[in-house]
This record gives sequence, C-alpha cells and structure tokens, in this order.
Amino acid sequence: MTKMLGTRDVYGDVLIELGTGNRDIVVLDADLASSTRTAKFKKKFPDRFFNMGVSEQDMMGTAAGFASAGKIPFASTFAIFATGRAWEQVRQSICLPKMNVKIVATHGGITVGEDGASHHSTEDIALMRVLPNMTVIIPADGYEAGAAIKVAAKYRGPVFIRLSREKFPVIYPENCEFEIGKAKVHSIGEDATIISCGLMVHMSLEAAEELKRDGLSVGVINMSTIKPLDIDAVLDAARNSGAIVTAEEHSIIGGLGSAVAEVISENEPVPLKRVGINDKFGMSGSTADLLKHYGLTKETVKEAVHHVVKMKGIRVRD
Amino acid sequence: MEADIEKLKNIARQIRIDILTMLVESNSGHTGGSLSATDILTVLYFYKMRYDPKNPKWEDRDKFVLSKGHGAPALYAVLGRAGYFGLEHFHTLRKLGSILRGHPNSAVTPGVEVCTGSLGQGLSQANGLALSARLDNKPARVYVVLGDGETDEGQVWEAAMTSAHYKIDNLCAILDNNGLQIDGTNKEVMNIEPVVEKWKSFGWHVIEINGHDIKAIVDALNEAEKIKGKPTMIIAHTIKGKGVSFMENKVEYHGVAPTRDEYERAMKELGVS
Ligand SMILES: Cc1ncc(C[n+]2csc(CCOP(=O)(O)OP(=O)(O)O)c2C)c(N)n1
Ligand SMILES: [Mg+2]
Repeated sequence: MTKMLGTRDVYGDVLIELGTGNRDIVVLDADLASSTRTAKFKKKFPDRFFNMGVSEQDMMGTAAGFASAGKIPFASTFAIFATGRAWEQVRQSICLPKMNVKIVATHGGITVGEDGASHHSTEDIALMRVLPNMTVIIPADGYEAGAAIKVAAKYRGPVFIRLSREKFPVIYPENCEFEIGKAKVHSIGEDATIISCGLMVHMSLEAAEELKRDGLSVGVINMSTIKPLDIDAVLDAARNSGAIVTAEEHSIIGGLGSAVAEVISENEPVPLKRVGINDKFGMSGSTADLLKHYGLTKETVKEAVHHVVKMKGIRVRD
Repeated sequence: MEADIEKLKNIARQIRIDILTMLVESNSGHTGGSLSATDILTVLYFYKMRYDPKNPKWEDRDKFVLSKGHGAPALYAVLGRAGYFGLEHFHTLRKLGSILRGHPNSAVTPGVEVCTGSLGQGLSQANGLALSARLDNKPARVYVVLGDGETDEGQVWEAAMTSAHYKIDNLCAILDNNGLQIDGTNKEVMNIEPVVEKWKSFGWHVIEINGHDIKAIVDALNEAEKIKGKPTMIIAHTIKGKGVSFMENKVEYHGVAPTRDEYERAMKELGVS
C-alpha cells in the first residue's frame, strides 16, 4: 500500500520547527487554525500566533505590516479566501513592496469536496501567478510540502504555497530536497512529456507507467514551482518528446497549463493538451466523485497523451 | 396576523429533525449553526415572509438571504417544508449532482435568492435586493441572517453603512449571536462586542431578543416592519446546536455531521420514537 500523507498535515509540525529556531516567525490565521493546522503552532507559541477572526483581507494587511517590521509572517486560511477574497491586499500590501510574507493556504482545488463551489479553489494559481514578485508553489506530496515550506521561510519575498485537504500518496523520501524554480524531472520521454503539479503528479506517474504498455515513452515532470517557471525543463521536454500534456487541479485557464503554453508557443511550439477543470465551477460531492466528474484522473491524462501523440503524427504528415 | 406559536414550535421541531437527517446521511456539513438559526428561519418562512413556492420568481415576494451560508441545511429544510422542492431531495444533500449544494447556490436550488458560503457577502446582496424593490415600488421586504463570527468580515460593515446611508427600511437583518465561531468563542477568536452599540452607532434600529423564543422572534419581525427611515438589526441571542443537549454550545459541532449514534440520541431528544 502506498503511504498517504496530507500536505497540510505536515504544515503544523514544520511551523513549530521553524518557530523554534527563529523568534521572527509569526503565524496568522483567519478562524481556520484547526483546519490549516496552524493551531499546532498556536499551542506551542501562543504569543506569536494571531487569530484574526474571519477577516482574510485584514490578515494579509497585518502580515504585510509584520514583514515590514522584519518579522517572517506565515498567513493561512483556505486557498480561495487567501487568494480570492484578499487578492488586492496581497497585490498592494505584499507583492508591490516585495514583503516577506508566506501565504500557506490549505484546501486548494476541488478536493475540498462536499463544501462545494464557494470553498473550492480552482482559480488560485492564476490569481497568484499573475502577480509580479510572487513565488507560487504546489507540492506534490507531504514531504515535498515540508521541504518547500522550510525553503520558503529562508527565501526573502512573497511566497504562495497551496496545500490540500486530502491526503496524497507519498512520492518522495522524508528528507527530500526542494529548490524554488527547479522542476523535478522523473523521466524523459520520446513520445510525450506530462508536466503536472500537486495531486496530479502521482496520477501522471501512474499514467506514464501504464502508457509504456501501449508502447509509448512518456516523460513526467513535477513542476512544483509554477512561478518562477523552470523554463529550461519545459523547453527540454518539448525538444525531447515533441508533445506535452499538462495536468493540474485548477482551471485550464491561467494555471500551470497556461504557463507552459506561454513558454512553448513562444519558443518551441509543439502539440499541447491541458488537463484541468474546463472553465466550470465545482459542485458538491465526495473527492473521488469530483475528481472523476471533472476529469482529473490518470485515464484523462492517458487520453490526453494519446491525443498529443496523434497531433504530432498529423504535423509530420503536413 | 396572529401567530400560532404552538404550530410554529412544532414546525421548528420538524426542521431540526430534517436538518439532522440530512446531515447524518450526507455525513458532512454544519450542524451547530444550522440548529442555532432554526427558530429564526422557521418564523420567517412559516409566519412572516410572503412567497409562492409554486412560483419561486413571483415578483412581489419577500426575499431571504442566508449570509452565513454554511447554515444551508436549515435553509433547505424550510424551503423543502415550504414546498419549493420535493422532500426526497433531502437525501441528496452534498452529493454529486444534487440541487442541495454544500452552500446555497441560487443557480441550482429553487427558493435560494443568491450565492453565499463565502462569509461576509450576504448583507451587500440584501441591500441590492432591497434597493431594487424600492426602485420598483414593490412591497417586498428583504431578510438576511448573519453569523456573529461572520461579522468579523469588513464587508459586513461596509454594507451596514450602505443600509443606513440609503435608509433601507425594507431590510431586516438578524444576527445569529451564538457566541461561537470555528476556532473557539467569539471572545477568544475576535471580540465583536459591544454588538448592540456597534449596530446602533452604524445607524440601525436594534432589537435584542432570545433567538429561540418564537413569540419574541414574531414580535421583533413585526416591530421591524414598522420602523421607517432606517434598517433594523435583530440581535438574536442563540445557542449553537440548540435542541440537542449534547451539541449545545459546543464548538466541536460547528462543521461536522452527527454520527449514527449521535443521530439516534438526538432523535430521542426531539421526541421521535
Ligand atoms: C470568507 C470566508 N472565510 C472563512 C470561511 C470558513 N468558515 C465557515 S463558517 C466559519 C465561522 C463562522 O462563524 P459564525 O458566523 O459565528 O457561524 P455560526 O456560529 O453561526 O455557525 C468560518 C470561518 C468562510 N466560509 N468564508
Ligand atoms: Mg457563531
């Protein structure tokens, strides 16, 4: 059995570790401390924990103030409220002055489940990626999440890290490395490359394995930093395999798929298919039902690979 | 109109049963805040508001906004019992394809006027509904229920100024003042007191009541209708989880459904044999 670990479940412990070594770490939450796991930090360091109540905009502004005074604030709530409700505070108070604020948001994507569209976060990558000075990270498993949060604490500048409500299959070892802006290339494919992030990485790895049986050589890249994008990794993939599939738990508009499309269409045009949520709001439902309904499955990824490989053939015939 | 208090009490009891039945079947959702708002929603839908469930878009209808959208099970229970949709939908709460979403969605549920669930947005929408009724010379009144934790959101206070500034007197807000939010009591998380003085100073007519006293809710809603030139806020002192002893005033029951065992015990308390 694959080990399962929530990306949010590591967050509380990592915060305690960071807070133990550094008095400048402060944590803010907006009445969701038990869900985001910042409650762990609160218990250990009550003086450096600030519950802001249900007021995400105020939280982001306060975090900016902390950062301006030299602290390293971690601000947490659900992804849609961090990026949507407080977007302009993040833009104006945090990104414009390049404040050292770490926004670690849980409940990204549609695996939020039954709460439905109001709580799903399917536009957050687009919202954060468009902001100058912002770094955008979506870890693919719990251990990568832990590593990314620690690296973000050392990096100077605004960072958005998207975590999930669901538990993910573990891909990496506990002490795995993380470097901002560096893709993890799992394999190089001759026929196509799948570039994915978050929950879709393990599905992409499984899809590539199964596609081998169909005689296809498919590479897989975990693009855990969406911004700054590892352009070299994208262009290498385009050159090596001549076809790309992106997979993300986000709208196909504005997220990883768009970021990859921007790079390849300007530099190395090859067939591309984006797997993601097709410009729709989420419904309520169990995580499993929702992933299936919105086509976030390894089957959809496999179909997309077959599709781009076929497109390659058409291009060759031209 | 004379209110039949006993009848309303019975309906409220049925609404609580419906809420818990929906929640135990969906195995997810917000129990405490649905039960604290039950008596208020019951009086609104079965005494005060004018509407036609067979014609949900009737132009002269009164309108309701559940700004604390996570109380959706309470809203669905009153809408179902009022006849907006078949009771069989209760069994589909929060399931894929259901018209009963985790949070109210006017695009899919008959009788739901606006989309809520992201806290703090309902009063603004209610202002728009009420101003629109005034522009069109409609007799319609607009009611909105807010959570106390919800009033941490700045938008609530922006909207509160709008309501007073435009003298929106066909608007009545009710604060479900149960003293709890998610991470603890309002006092621990974010103090909202002095709540009566705050709303008064924002230009509202304020009435304070026990939000589980049906007669008091009836009287307050009737008083609100008579107030001209300003919006009315009914501060309803409530108990989160009201009606099920072991859920009352317990922060743990905010965002979880009852287990089967808890459900059976709750049904006993509500007199279901
Ligand atoms: C903008 C926004 N932030 C956070 C949440 C998550 N959330 C849901 S309910 C809740 C607490 C609300 O407390 P209160 O308004 O007092 O509700 P009640 O006690 O009546 O259930 C929070 C923080 C949300 N739904 N919307
Ligand atoms: Mg409350």
